[in-house]
Amino acid sequence: MSYLKRIIYNCKKATLLIEKKEMSLLTMREFIELRIHLFGCSFCRLYKKQSRMINEMVRELFNRSAQPTPGLDDGFKKELQERIENILNDNH
Amino acid sequence: MILDPRKWVAAHADYLYGYAITRVNDEEQARDLVQETFLAALQRVAQFEGRSSERTWLTSILKNKIVDVYRKKSSGLKLVSINEPDMEPDNFFGEDGHWLVEHGPKAFGIEREDHLEKKEFQQILQKCLGKLPVLWKAVFTMKHVDDEASEAICTELKVTPANFWVIIHRAKLNLRACLQKNWI
Repeated sequence: MSYLKRIIYNCKKATLLIEKKEMSLLTMREFIELRIHLFGCSFCRLYKKQSRMINEMVRELFNRSAQPTPGLDDGFKKELQERIENILNDNH
Repeated sequence: MILDPRKWVAAHADYLYGYAITRVNDEEQARDLVQETFLAALQRVAQFEGRSSERTWLTSILKNKIVDVYRKKSSGLKLVSINEPDMEPDNFFGEDGHWLVEHGPKAFGIEREDHLEKKEFQQILQKCLGKLPVLWKAVFTMKHVDDEASEAICTELKVTPANFWVIIHRAKLNLRACLQKNWI
């Protein structure tokens, strides 16, 4: 397979480079290879879009559920409070 | 900024629990982590320098404890956790490196802003995240949610830089495939 053909066919590598590019600098060669690949591959263009969207969604998901509706139950909190009080009282 | 341990439970317990449960997926373990965090914090009250808020400080203690959990879960299983037979990229790509027809990305169709749809989508996303191996999920969330530097993640989780990219790539491929399978 020719060099160019290898770039055009290699979606496995292209998807890896897409991830890499999101968070670090690609080498010049990687950068150009990815460009050439994306130019001809609609699957990987879609992958790139979806990959970004997933990152954003995951971030949103974690930040939103930082305060879940069923939090800790009151019994556990009470015990925890007592333990803290005991430790504080022992120290004084 | 002065610490007030007597108010910690009321002010921060639910928040810390939420932080922990989304990362360890286990209620009992999350509860234990909250408790351990408070106890560890009590011993370190004197070291608090007041440069961050009480909540940020407690969260950073919790975070270290979560990393310990990740580490324990993945130690000894390192090779296994990087190579998951059902989750190899070769399941998605043919020998020539091209997408296999049945795995080629398809549009999710949620580009428009629809609140209800988005909520459903996120529920599926959460389930798909839960299916990832612990180490992958740890790497993925530390990077994308906590914005940690890649080098720091490698050191904390004892992952080589090369494996870091392998994990990031595989986690995303599988997450995306899981979404495509369960959403469309």
